[in-house]
Amino acid sequence: MDDLYRELIIERYKSPQFRGELDPHDISFEDDNPLCGDHIRVDLRLDENDTVTEAAFSGQGCAISQASADLLMESVVGKSLAEVKALTKDDLLDLLGIELGPVRLKCALLSLKVLKAGAYGLGEANDDLVE
Amino acid sequence: MNIQTTALDVAKIREDFPILAREVHPGVPLVYLDSTATSQRPRQVVEAMERLIYHSNANIHRGIHVLAEEATAAYEEARGKIAKFINAPSARQVIYTRNTTESINLVAQSWGRANLKAGDVVILTEMEHHSNLVPWQILAMEKNLRLEFIPVTEDGLLDLDAYRELLTLEPKLVAFTQMSNVLGTINPAKEIIVLAHAAGAVTLVDGAQSVPHLPVDVQALNADFLAFSAHKMLGPTGIGALYGRKELLEAMPPFMGGGDMIKRVELRSFQPNSIPHKFEAGTPAITEAIGFGAAVDYLNQIGMVAVESYEQEIVAYALERLAEIPGVRVFGPEAEQKGAVVSFLLDDLHAHDISQVLDMHGIAVRAGHHCAQPLHDKFGITSTARASFYIYSAFEEVDKLVAGIYKVKEMFA
Ligand SMILES: Cc1ncc(COP(=O)(O)O)c(C=O)c1O
Repeated sequence: MDDLYRELIIERYKSPQFRGELDPHDISFEDDNPLCGDHIRVDLRLDENDTVTEAAFSGQGCAISQASADLLMESVVGKSLAEVKALTKDDLLDLLGIELGPVRLKCALLSLKVLKAGAYGLGEANDDLVE
Repeated sequence: MNIQTTALDVAKIREDFPILAREVHPGVPLVYLDSTATSQRPRQVVEAMERLIYHSNANIHRGIHVLAEEATAAYEEARGKIAKFINAPSARQVIYTRNTTESINLVAQSWGRANLKAGDVVILTEMEHHSNLVPWQILAMEKNLRLEFIPVTEDGLLDLDAYRELLTLEPKLVAFTQMSNVLGTINPAKEIIVLAHAAGAVTLVDGAQSVPHLPVDVQALNADFLAFSAHKMLGPTGIGALYGRKELLEAMPPFMGGGDMIKRVELRSFQPNSIPHKFEAGTPAITEAIGFGAAVDYLNQIGMVAVESYEQEIVAYALERLAEIPGVRVFGPEAEQKGAVVSFLLDDLHAHDISQVLDMHGIAVRAGHHCAQPLHDKFGITSTARASFYIYSAFEEVDKLVAGIYKVKEMFA
Protein backbone atom coordinates (compact mmCIF):
# COMPACT_ATOMS: atom_id res chain seq x y z
CA MET A 1 0.00 0.00 0.00
CA ASP A 2 2.67 2.49 1.07
CA ASP A 3 4.35 1.74 -2.25
CA LEU A 4 1.73 3.89 -3.89
CA TYR A 5 3.65 6.90 -2.76
CA ARG A 6 7.09 5.52 -3.44
CA GLU A 7 9.79 8.12 -3.59
CA LEU A 8 9.71 8.56 -7.34
CA ILE A 9 6.03 9.51 -7.26
CA ILE A 10 6.35 12.01 -4.43
CA GLU A 11 9.45 13.49 -6.03
CA ARG A 12 7.87 13.89 -9.46
CA TYR A 13 4.73 15.29 -7.87
CA LYS A 14 6.63 17.89 -5.86
CA SER A 15 9.13 18.86 -8.54
CA PRO A 16 7.83 17.90 -11.95
CA GLN A 17 10.29 18.28 -14.81
CA PHE A 18 7.85 18.49 -17.67
CA ARG A 19 5.25 20.81 -16.25
CA GLY A 20 4.21 23.78 -18.36
CA GLU A 21 2.71 24.74 -21.68
CA LEU A 22 4.38 24.86 -25.07
CA ASP A 23 3.50 27.77 -27.27
CA PRO A 24 3.61 27.29 -30.17
CA HIS A 25 3.02 23.55 -30.28
CA ASP A 26 2.25 21.00 -32.93
CA ILE A 27 -0.19 19.01 -30.82
CA SER A 28 -2.23 20.07 -27.85
CA PHE A 29 -5.09 18.30 -26.16
CA GLU A 30 -6.91 18.49 -22.84
CA ASP A 31 -9.50 16.53 -20.95
CA ASP A 32 -11.09 15.95 -17.53
CA ASN A 33 -11.43 13.01 -15.22
CA PRO A 34 -15.19 12.92 -14.64
CA LEU A 35 -14.78 11.16 -11.30
CA CYS A 36 -12.91 13.97 -9.62
CA GLY A 37 -13.02 16.90 -12.02
CA ASP A 38 -9.25 16.87 -12.56
CA HIS A 39 -7.96 18.35 -15.74
CA ILE A 40 -4.84 17.69 -17.80
CA ARG A 41 -3.45 19.33 -20.90
CA VAL A 42 -0.60 17.93 -22.94
CA ASP A 43 1.44 19.91 -25.50
CA LEU A 44 3.92 18.36 -27.95
CA ARG A 45 6.42 19.73 -30.43
CA LEU A 46 7.47 17.52 -33.34
CA ASP A 47 10.29 17.70 -35.83
CA GLU A 48 9.91 17.21 -39.58
CA ASN A 49 10.00 13.40 -39.12
CA ASP A 50 7.14 13.51 -36.61
CA THR A 51 9.44 12.75 -33.72
CA VAL A 52 8.56 14.36 -30.40
CA THR A 53 11.18 16.96 -29.53
CA GLU A 54 9.46 18.56 -26.57
CA ALA A 55 6.57 17.59 -24.32
CA ALA A 56 4.81 19.34 -21.46
CA PHE A 57 1.71 18.89 -19.32
CA SER A 58 -0.39 21.29 -17.31
CA GLY A 59 -3.58 21.23 -15.27
CA GLN A 60 -4.26 19.93 -11.81
CA GLY A 61 -4.60 16.56 -10.17
CA CYS A 62 -3.47 14.26 -7.44
CA ALA A 63 0.09 13.03 -6.91
CA ILE A 64 -0.57 9.91 -8.97
CA SER A 65 -1.97 11.79 -11.94
CA GLN A 66 0.71 14.49 -11.84
CA ALA A 67 3.62 12.09 -11.42
CA SER A 68 2.29 9.86 -14.14
CA ALA A 69 1.92 12.81 -16.51
CA ASP A 70 5.48 13.92 -15.75
CA LEU A 71 6.95 10.46 -16.30
CA LEU A 72 4.91 10.03 -19.44
CA MET A 73 6.14 13.32 -20.92
CA GLU A 74 9.69 12.30 -20.17
CA SER A 75 9.17 8.99 -21.93
CA VAL A 76 7.71 10.40 -25.14
CA VAL A 77 10.52 12.81 -25.95
CA GLY A 78 12.43 11.17 -28.81
CA LYS A 79 9.57 8.85 -29.73
CA SER A 80 7.90 8.95 -33.12
CA LEU A 81 4.24 9.87 -33.31
CA ALA A 82 3.51 6.29 -34.31
CA GLU A 83 5.22 5.06 -31.15
CA VAL A 84 3.24 7.52 -29.06
CA LYS A 85 0.01 6.23 -30.59
CA ALA A 86 1.04 2.69 -29.72
CA LEU A 87 1.62 3.39 -26.02
CA THR A 88 -0.49 1.23 -23.74
CA LYS A 89 -1.77 1.25 -20.22
CA ASP A 90 0.91 -1.26 -19.26
CA ASP A 91 3.65 1.00 -20.61
CA LEU A 92 2.48 3.72 -18.29
CA LEU A 93 2.11 1.42 -15.30
CA ASP A 94 5.66 0.21 -15.91
CA LEU A 95 6.85 3.81 -15.72
CA LEU A 96 5.01 4.31 -12.45
CA GLY A 97 6.05 0.97 -11.01
CA ILE A 98 3.02 0.66 -8.74
CA GLU A 99 -0.21 -1.26 -8.65
CA LEU A 100 -3.39 0.73 -8.73
CA GLY A 101 -7.02 0.01 -7.93
CA PRO A 102 -9.75 0.87 -10.44
CA VAL A 103 -10.32 4.41 -9.17
CA ARG A 104 -6.70 5.48 -8.98
CA LEU A 105 -6.03 3.84 -12.33
CA LYS A 106 -8.21 6.54 -13.88
CA CYS A 107 -6.00 9.19 -12.26
CA ALA A 108 -2.88 7.59 -13.66
CA LEU A 109 -4.30 7.06 -17.13
CA LEU A 110 -5.73 10.53 -17.70
CA SER A 111 -2.46 11.88 -19.12
CA LEU A 112 -2.05 8.88 -21.43
CA LYS A 113 -5.59 9.27 -22.67
CA VAL A 114 -5.05 12.96 -23.36
CA LEU A 115 -1.69 12.30 -25.03
CA LYS A 116 -3.09 9.62 -27.33
CA ALA A 117 -6.20 11.59 -28.23
CA GLY A 118 -3.87 14.42 -29.23
CA ALA A 119 -1.56 12.12 -31.17
CA TYR A 120 -4.45 10.65 -33.10
CA GLY A 121 -5.96 14.09 -33.64
CA LEU A 122 -9.27 13.02 -32.16
CA GLY A 123 -12.00 15.46 -31.27
CA GLU A 124 -12.68 13.70 -28.01
CA ALA A 125 -10.67 11.56 -25.63
CA ASN A 126 -12.01 8.06 -25.44
CA ASP A 127 -11.50 5.44 -22.75
CA ASP A 128 -10.77 2.87 -25.47
CA LEU A 129 -7.42 4.61 -25.95
CA VAL A 130 -6.16 3.31 -22.63
CA GLU A 131 -7.91 -0.06 -22.39
CA MET B 1 -11.72 18.33 26.79
CA ASN B 2 -14.80 16.39 27.78
CA ILE B 3 -17.59 16.51 25.29
CA GLN B 4 -18.52 12.88 25.48
CA THR B 5 -22.06 12.32 24.38
CA THR B 6 -25.09 10.92 26.08
CA ALA B 7 -27.47 11.08 23.12
CA LEU B 8 -26.68 7.58 21.83
CA ASP B 9 -25.10 4.38 23.05
CA VAL B 10 -22.70 4.16 20.15
CA ALA B 11 -20.81 1.11 21.42
CA LYS B 12 -24.06 -0.84 21.56
CA ILE B 13 -25.18 0.40 18.16
CA ARG B 14 -21.86 -0.66 16.63
CA GLU B 15 -22.53 -4.24 17.64
CA ASP B 16 -25.38 -4.30 15.13
CA PHE B 17 -23.00 -3.46 12.27
CA PRO B 18 -20.61 -6.38 11.77
CA ILE B 19 -18.68 -4.56 9.05
CA LEU B 20 -17.44 -2.01 11.57
CA ALA B 21 -15.43 -4.74 13.27
CA ARG B 22 -13.39 -5.64 10.20
CA GLU B 23 -9.82 -4.77 9.37
CA VAL B 24 -9.11 -3.14 6.03
CA HIS B 25 -5.40 -3.88 6.06
CA PRO B 26 -3.67 -6.43 8.28
CA GLY B 27 -3.95 -5.08 11.82
CA VAL B 28 -5.67 -1.88 10.66
CA PRO B 29 -9.31 -1.59 11.71
CA LEU B 30 -11.89 0.16 9.56
CA VAL B 31 -12.81 3.73 10.40
CA TYR B 32 -15.81 4.28 8.20
CA LEU B 33 -16.37 7.99 7.61
CA ASP B 34 -18.25 7.81 4.33
CA SER B 35 -21.88 7.45 5.38
CA THR B 36 -22.94 10.38 3.24
CA ALA B 37 -22.10 8.29 0.18
CA THR B 38 -23.79 5.23 1.60
CA SER B 39 -24.45 4.10 5.16
CA GLN B 40 -23.65 0.69 6.56
CA ARG B 41 -26.52 -1.73 7.26
CA PRO B 42 -27.34 -3.32 10.60
CA ARG B 43 -28.05 -7.01 11.10
CA GLN B 44 -31.72 -6.22 11.63
CA VAL B 45 -32.05 -4.98 8.03
CA VAL B 46 -30.21 -7.95 6.59
CA GLU B 47 -32.26 -10.36 8.70
CA ALA B 48 -35.55 -8.86 7.56
CA MET B 49 -34.46 -9.29 3.95
CA GLU B 50 -33.24 -12.80 4.65
CA ARG B 51 -36.59 -13.71 6.24
CA LEU B 52 -38.41 -12.62 3.14
CA ILE B 53 -36.04 -14.48 0.84
CA TYR B 54 -36.02 -17.72 2.84
CA HIS B 55 -39.63 -17.68 3.90
CA SER B 56 -41.97 -15.57 1.77
CA ASN B 57 -40.32 -14.88 -1.57
CA ALA B 58 -42.84 -14.38 -4.37
CA ASN B 59 -43.83 -11.72 -6.80
CA ILE B 60 -46.25 -9.18 -5.39
CA HIS B 61 -49.75 -8.06 -6.33
CA ARG B 62 -50.25 -10.93 -8.73
CA GLY B 63 -50.60 -14.32 -7.12
CA ILE B 64 -53.26 -15.92 -5.01
CA HIS B 65 -51.02 -18.15 -2.98
CA VAL B 66 -49.61 -17.89 0.48
CA LEU B 67 -46.16 -16.67 -0.52
CA ALA B 68 -47.57 -14.01 -2.82
CA GLU B 69 -49.92 -12.83 -0.11
CA GLU B 70 -47.11 -12.66 2.44
CA ALA B 71 -44.70 -10.90 0.12
CA THR B 72 -47.34 -8.38 -0.92
CA ALA B 73 -48.29 -7.70 2.68
CA ALA B 74 -44.66 -7.22 3.68
CA TYR B 75 -44.01 -4.90 0.74
CA GLU B 76 -47.03 -2.75 1.56
CA GLU B 77 -46.32 -2.84 5.27
CA ALA B 78 -42.85 -1.43 4.59
CA ARG B 79 -44.42 1.34 2.52
CA GLY B 80 -46.61 2.18 5.50
CA LYS B 81 -43.59 2.41 7.78
CA ILE B 82 -41.78 4.68 5.37
CA ALA B 83 -44.86 6.89 5.03
CA LYS B 84 -45.17 7.19 8.77
CA PHE B 85 -41.48 7.93 9.13
CA ILE B 86 -41.89 11.14 7.12
CA ASN B 87 -45.42 11.71 8.43
CA ALA B 88 -47.07 11.33 5.02
CA PRO B 89 -50.88 11.52 5.33
CA SER B 90 -51.22 8.22 3.48
CA ALA B 91 -49.00 5.34 2.40
CA ARG B 92 -50.44 5.77 -1.10
CA GLN B 93 -48.43 8.96 -1.37
CA VAL B 94 -45.16 7.07 -1.09
CA ILE B 95 -43.86 5.66 -4.35
CA TYR B 96 -41.03 3.18 -4.38
CA THR B 97 -38.22 4.11 -6.74
CA ARG B 98 -34.62 2.94 -7.12
CA ASN B 99 -33.15 5.94 -5.30
CA THR B 100 -33.32 9.71 -4.90
CA THR B 101 -32.08 10.14 -8.42
CA GLU B 102 -34.94 8.14 -9.88
CA SER B 103 -37.44 9.93 -7.66
CA ILE B 104 -36.34 13.30 -9.01
CA ASN B 105 -36.28 12.05 -12.58
CA LEU B 106 -39.80 10.76 -12.06
CA VAL B 107 -40.98 14.23 -11.05
CA ALA B 108 -39.10 15.87 -13.92
CA GLN B 109 -40.34 13.46 -16.55
CA SER B 110 -43.91 13.07 -15.32
CA TRP B 111 -44.94 16.24 -13.49
CA GLY B 112 -42.40 18.43 -15.29
CA ARG B 113 -43.26 17.28 -18.77
CA ALA B 114 -46.97 17.71 -18.15
CA ASN B 115 -46.81 21.02 -16.34
CA LEU B 116 -43.87 23.04 -17.62
CA LYS B 117 -43.68 24.89 -20.90
CA ALA B 118 -41.25 27.10 -22.80
CA GLY B 119 -40.08 30.08 -20.79
CA ASP B 120 -41.18 28.67 -17.43
CA VAL B 121 -38.78 29.32 -14.58
CA VAL B 122 -37.39 26.54 -12.37
CA ILE B 123 -35.40 27.58 -9.32
CA LEU B 124 -32.64 25.29 -8.04
CA THR B 125 -29.65 26.09 -5.83
CA GLU B 126 -25.91 26.21 -6.44
CA MET B 127 -25.38 23.43 -3.91
CA GLU B 128 -27.42 20.74 -5.64
CA HIS B 129 -26.21 17.21 -6.16
CA HIS B 130 -26.06 16.39 -9.87
CA SER B 131 -29.20 14.33 -9.37
CA ASN B 132 -31.23 17.47 -8.66
CA LEU B 133 -29.56 19.36 -11.46
CA VAL B 134 -29.17 17.23 -14.55
CA PRO B 135 -32.81 16.00 -14.69
CA TRP B 136 -33.88 19.65 -14.87
CA GLN B 137 -31.20 20.47 -17.42
CA ILE B 138 -32.49 17.63 -19.59
CA LEU B 139 -36.04 18.92 -19.31
CA ALA B 140 -34.92 22.52 -19.80
CA MET B 141 -33.27 21.58 -23.10
CA GLU B 142 -36.34 19.74 -24.26
CA LYS B 143 -38.83 22.40 -23.17
CA ASN B 144 -36.76 25.54 -23.27
CA LEU B 145 -37.16 26.22 -19.57
CA ARG B 146 -35.27 28.89 -17.72
CA LEU B 147 -33.17 27.55 -14.82
CA GLU B 148 -32.23 29.94 -12.03
CA PHE B 149 -30.10 29.24 -8.98
CA ILE B 150 -30.21 30.41 -5.39
CA PRO B 151 -26.60 31.45 -4.77
CA VAL B 152 -24.44 29.95 -2.04
CA THR B 153 -22.60 32.40 0.22
CA GLU B 154 -18.93 32.11 1.24
CA ASP B 155 -20.06 30.48 4.51
CA GLY B 156 -21.92 27.82 2.58
CA LEU B 157 -25.45 29.08 3.20
CA LEU B 158 -28.21 29.82 0.72
CA ASP B 159 -28.61 33.51 0.00
CA LEU B 160 -32.28 33.94 0.87
CA ASP B 161 -32.41 37.58 -0.18
CA ALA B 162 -31.35 36.55 -3.64
CA TYR B 163 -33.99 33.81 -3.46
CA ARG B 164 -36.73 36.34 -2.68
CA GLU B 165 -35.55 38.33 -5.67
CA LEU B 166 -35.70 35.24 -7.91
CA LEU B 167 -39.25 34.53 -6.79
CA THR B 168 -40.41 37.66 -8.59
CA LEU B 169 -39.79 35.65 -11.79
CA GLU B 170 -42.88 33.62 -10.81
CA PRO B 171 -41.22 30.20 -10.91
CA LYS B 172 -43.29 27.09 -11.49
CA LEU B 173 -41.00 24.94 -9.39
CA VAL B 174 -38.48 25.36 -6.58
CA ALA B 175 -36.33 22.23 -6.12
CA PHE B 176 -33.63 22.20 -3.46
CA THR B 177 -31.69 19.97 -1.14
CA GLN B 178 -32.62 20.04 2.52
CA MET B 179 -29.05 19.15 3.45
CA SER B 180 -25.94 19.61 1.32
CA ASN B 181 -23.90 16.45 0.85
CA VAL B 182 -20.73 18.54 0.59
CA LEU B 183 -21.07 21.52 2.91
CA GLY B 184 -23.43 19.80 5.33
CA THR B 185 -25.59 22.91 5.29
CA ILE B 186 -29.07 22.31 6.64
CA ASN B 187 -31.24 24.61 4.59
CA PRO B 188 -34.30 26.36 6.04
CA ALA B 189 -36.67 24.12 4.11
CA LYS B 190 -39.83 25.37 5.72
CA GLU B 191 -39.07 29.00 4.94
CA ILE B 192 -38.05 28.17 1.37
CA ILE B 193 -41.31 26.30 0.84
CA VAL B 194 -43.53 29.00 2.38
CA LEU B 195 -41.95 31.59 0.10
CA ALA B 196 -42.20 29.30 -2.94
CA HIS B 197 -45.87 28.60 -2.32
CA ALA B 198 -46.58 32.30 -1.86
CA ALA B 199 -45.07 32.82 -5.30
CA GLY B 200 -47.25 30.06 -6.74
CA ALA B 201 -44.49 27.46 -7.20
CA VAL B 202 -44.54 23.73 -6.55
CA THR B 203 -41.69 22.50 -4.32
CA LEU B 204 -39.43 19.47 -4.46
CA VAL B 205 -37.17 18.65 -1.53
CA ASP B 206 -34.11 16.50 -2.10
CA GLY B 207 -34.13 14.59 1.17
CA ALA B 208 -31.26 12.21 0.34
CA GLN B 209 -29.24 13.60 3.25
CA SER B 210 -31.92 15.07 5.48
CA VAL B 211 -34.25 12.08 5.85
CA PRO B 212 -31.45 9.82 7.19
CA HIS B 213 -30.15 12.39 9.65
CA LEU B 214 -32.99 14.66 10.84
CA PRO B 215 -36.65 14.28 11.75
CA VAL B 216 -38.46 15.16 8.49
CA ASP B 217 -42.19 15.76 8.51
CA VAL B 218 -43.66 16.40 5.07
CA GLN B 219 -46.85 17.85 6.50
CA ALA B 220 -45.06 20.28 8.79
CA LEU B 221 -42.83 21.26 5.87
CA ASN B 222 -45.80 21.36 3.50
CA ALA B 223 -43.50 19.93 0.82
CA ASP B 224 -45.07 18.94 -2.49
CA PHE B 225 -42.44 16.32 -3.29
CA LEU B 226 -39.72 14.69 -1.19
CA ALA B 227 -37.11 12.32 -2.63
CA PHE B 228 -34.83 10.02 -0.62
CA SER B 229 -32.79 6.78 -0.78
CA ALA B 230 -32.79 3.77 1.56
CA HIS B 231 -29.06 3.11 1.24
CA LYS B 232 -28.15 6.33 3.00
CA MET B 233 -30.36 5.47 5.99
CA LEU B 234 -29.20 1.96 6.93
CA GLY B 235 -31.24 0.28 4.20
CA PRO B 236 -30.16 -1.58 1.08
CA THR B 237 -29.19 -0.14 -2.30
CA GLY B 238 -31.67 -0.33 -5.16
CA ILE B 239 -34.61 1.21 -3.35
CA GLY B 240 -35.70 4.74 -2.63
CA ALA B 241 -38.90 6.70 -2.32
CA LEU B 242 -40.78 9.65 -3.66
CA TYR B 243 -43.40 11.32 -1.51
CA GLY B 244 -45.87 13.53 -3.34
CA ARG B 245 -48.92 15.57 -2.55
CA LYS B 246 -51.98 13.51 -3.45
CA GLU B 247 -53.60 15.87 -5.96
CA LEU B 248 -50.30 16.26 -7.78
CA LEU B 249 -49.58 12.54 -7.95
CA GLU B 250 -53.10 11.74 -9.09
CA ALA B 251 -52.97 14.28 -11.88
CA MET B 252 -49.53 13.22 -13.11
CA PRO B 253 -49.12 10.97 -16.15
CA PRO B 254 -47.28 7.65 -15.62
CA PHE B 255 -43.49 7.65 -15.64
CA MET B 256 -42.74 4.21 -17.06
CA GLY B 257 -45.17 1.80 -18.65
CA GLY B 258 -45.50 -1.91 -17.97
CA GLY B 259 -46.99 -4.40 -15.57
CA ASP B 260 -48.50 -3.32 -12.25
CA MET B 261 -48.93 0.31 -13.25
CA ILE B 262 -52.13 -0.33 -15.19
CA LYS B 263 -55.77 -0.82 -14.36
CA ARG B 264 -56.73 -2.16 -17.75
CA VAL B 265 -54.90 -2.67 -21.02
CA GLU B 266 -56.23 -2.98 -24.56
CA LEU B 267 -54.18 -3.37 -27.69
CA ARG B 268 -53.96 0.32 -28.38
CA SER B 269 -54.58 1.90 -25.01
CA PHE B 270 -54.41 1.52 -21.27
CA GLN B 271 -55.90 2.96 -18.12
CA PRO B 272 -53.35 3.70 -15.43
CA ASN B 273 -53.62 2.17 -12.00
CA SER B 274 -54.24 4.39 -8.99
CA ILE B 275 -51.37 5.82 -6.94
CA PRO B 276 -48.86 4.65 -5.89
CA HIS B 277 -48.97 1.71 -8.32
CA LYS B 278 -49.33 4.03 -11.32
CA PHE B 279 -45.65 4.87 -10.87
CA GLU B 280 -44.36 1.39 -10.10
CA ALA B 281 -44.07 -0.37 -13.43
CA GLY B 282 -42.63 -3.86 -13.46
CA THR B 283 -41.46 -6.10 -10.64
CA PRO B 284 -39.96 -3.80 -8.02
CA ALA B 285 -37.11 -4.37 -5.58
CA ILE B 286 -39.33 -6.34 -3.21
CA THR B 287 -36.67 -7.66 -0.86
CA GLU B 288 -35.06 -4.25 -0.70
CA ALA B 289 -38.38 -2.60 0.14
CA ILE B 290 -38.63 -4.91 3.15
CA GLY B 291 -35.08 -3.93 4.08
CA PHE B 292 -36.06 -0.27 3.75
CA GLY B 293 -38.91 -0.83 6.19
CA ALA B 294 -36.56 -2.55 8.64
CA ALA B 295 -34.12 0.36 8.39
CA VAL B 296 -36.93 2.73 9.29
CA ASP B 297 -37.78 0.51 12.27
CA TYR B 298 -34.18 0.65 13.39
CA LEU B 299 -34.01 4.45 13.16
CA ASN B 300 -37.36 4.81 14.93
CA GLN B 301 -36.18 2.69 17.77
CA ILE B 302 -33.25 5.08 18.27
CA GLY B 303 -35.41 8.11 17.53
CA MET B 304 -34.58 10.74 14.92
CA VAL B 305 -34.34 13.47 17.54
CA ALA B 306 -31.55 11.52 19.23
CA VAL B 307 -29.91 10.86 15.86
CA GLU B 308 -29.90 14.54 15.06
CA SER B 309 -28.56 15.62 18.42
CA TYR B 310 -25.81 13.01 18.43
CA GLU B 311 -24.69 14.11 14.97
CA GLN B 312 -24.66 17.72 16.12
CA GLU B 313 -22.30 16.73 18.90
CA ILE B 314 -19.96 14.70 16.77
CA VAL B 315 -19.76 17.25 13.97
CA ALA B 316 -19.06 20.03 16.49
CA TYR B 317 -16.27 17.88 17.92
CA ALA B 318 -14.88 17.11 14.46
CA LEU B 319 -14.85 20.77 13.48
CA GLU B 320 -13.11 21.68 16.70
CA ARG B 321 -10.44 19.01 16.27
CA LEU B 322 -9.84 19.79 12.60
CA ALA B 323 -9.43 23.47 13.42
CA GLU B 324 -6.38 22.50 15.50
CA ILE B 325 -4.52 21.22 12.44
CA PRO B 326 -2.48 23.84 10.60
CA GLY B 327 -3.30 23.93 6.90
CA VAL B 328 -6.77 22.39 7.13
CA ARG B 329 -9.48 24.30 5.32
CA VAL B 330 -13.06 23.23 6.09
CA PHE B 331 -15.88 24.13 3.72
CA GLY B 332 -19.40 24.96 4.85
CA PRO B 333 -21.12 26.62 7.76
CA GLU B 334 -20.58 26.43 11.51
CA ALA B 335 -21.68 23.35 13.43
CA GLU B 336 -25.12 24.72 14.34
CA GLN B 337 -26.20 24.93 10.72
CA LYS B 338 -24.54 21.76 9.63
CA GLY B 339 -25.25 18.06 9.44
CA ALA B 340 -22.56 15.48 10.14
CA VAL B 341 -20.54 16.17 6.99
CA VAL B 342 -17.12 17.79 6.94
CA SER B 343 -15.49 18.53 3.59
CA PHE B 344 -11.95 19.77 3.80
CA LEU B 345 -8.63 20.28 2.11
CA LEU B 346 -5.14 20.16 3.56
CA ASP B 347 -2.28 22.48 2.57
CA ASP B 348 -2.07 22.40 -1.23
CA LEU B 349 -2.70 18.68 -1.44
CA HIS B 350 -5.14 17.00 -3.73
CA ALA B 351 -8.15 15.33 -2.10
CA HIS B 352 -7.21 11.98 -3.66
CA ASP B 353 -3.87 12.01 -1.95
CA ILE B 354 -5.42 12.94 1.38
CA SER B 355 -7.93 10.15 1.16
CA GLN B 356 -5.43 7.63 -0.18
CA VAL B 357 -3.08 8.15 2.74
CA LEU B 358 -5.98 8.08 5.20
CA ASP B 359 -7.02 4.78 3.66
CA MET B 360 -3.60 3.36 4.46
CA HIS B 361 -4.58 3.95 8.07
CA GLY B 362 -7.97 2.34 7.60
CA ILE B 363 -9.86 5.61 7.41
CA ALA B 364 -12.48 5.68 4.67
CA VAL B 365 -13.36 9.19 3.54
CA ARG B 366 -14.54 10.24 0.15
CA ALA B 367 -12.52 12.35 -2.25
CA GLY B 368 -13.79 14.12 -5.33
CA HIS B 369 -16.49 16.57 -6.26
CA HIS B 370 -19.16 14.44 -4.57
CA CYS B 371 -21.46 14.87 -7.56
CA ALA B 372 -21.59 18.61 -6.94
CA GLN B 373 -19.20 19.99 -9.53
CA PRO B 374 -20.81 23.43 -9.86
CA LEU B 375 -20.50 23.92 -6.10
CA HIS B 376 -16.80 23.09 -6.20
CA ASP B 377 -16.38 25.44 -9.16
CA LYS B 378 -17.98 28.14 -7.05
CA PHE B 379 -15.32 27.69 -4.38
CA GLY B 380 -12.60 27.55 -7.03
CA ILE B 381 -11.58 23.97 -6.28
CA THR B 382 -11.96 20.70 -8.16
CA SER B 383 -12.38 18.35 -5.27
CA THR B 384 -12.49 17.97 -1.51
CA ALA B 385 -11.98 15.18 0.99
CA ARG B 386 -15.14 14.48 2.93
CA ALA B 387 -15.56 12.83 6.31
CA SER B 388 -19.13 12.06 7.30
CA PHE B 389 -20.65 10.56 10.40
CA TYR B 390 -23.69 8.57 11.39
CA ILE B 391 -25.20 6.93 14.46
CA TYR B 392 -22.38 4.36 14.65
CA SER B 393 -19.55 6.87 14.33
CA ALA B 394 -17.52 7.15 17.51
CA PHE B 395 -15.72 10.19 18.85
CA GLU B 396 -12.51 8.13 18.85
CA GLU B 397 -12.91 7.87 15.10
CA VAL B 398 -12.69 11.64 14.87
CA ASP B 399 -9.44 11.38 16.82
CA LYS B 400 -8.19 8.76 14.38
CA LEU B 401 -9.08 11.03 11.50
CA VAL B 402 -7.09 13.85 13.05
CA ALA B 403 -4.10 11.56 13.63
CA GLY B 404 -4.45 10.37 10.03
CA ILE B 405 -4.41 13.90 8.69
CA TYR B 406 -1.12 14.49 10.51
CA LYS B 407 0.20 11.37 8.78
CA VAL B 408 -0.81 12.85 5.43
CA LYS B 409 1.09 16.02 6.27
CA GLU B 410 4.14 13.98 7.15
CA MET B 411 4.04 12.00 3.94
CA PHE B 412 4.01 15.07 1.74
CA ALA B 413 6.16 17.27 3.98
C1 LIG C 1 -28.06 15.58 -1.59
C2 LIG C 1 -28.10 14.35 -2.43
N1 LIG C 1 -29.02 14.25 -3.40
C3 LIG C 1 -29.11 13.17 -4.17
C4 LIG C 1 -28.26 12.11 -4.04
C5 LIG C 1 -28.42 10.94 -4.95
O1 LIG C 1 -28.77 9.80 -4.27
P1 LIG C 1 -28.83 8.40 -5.03
O2 LIG C 1 -27.48 8.19 -5.62
O3 LIG C 1 -29.16 7.43 -3.96
O4 LIG C 1 -29.88 8.53 -6.06
C6 LIG C 1 -27.28 12.15 -3.05
C7 LIG C 1 -26.33 11.03 -2.91
O5 LIG C 1 -25.14 11.20 -2.86
C8 LIG C 1 -27.21 13.30 -2.23
O6 LIG C 1 -26.28 13.38 -1.28
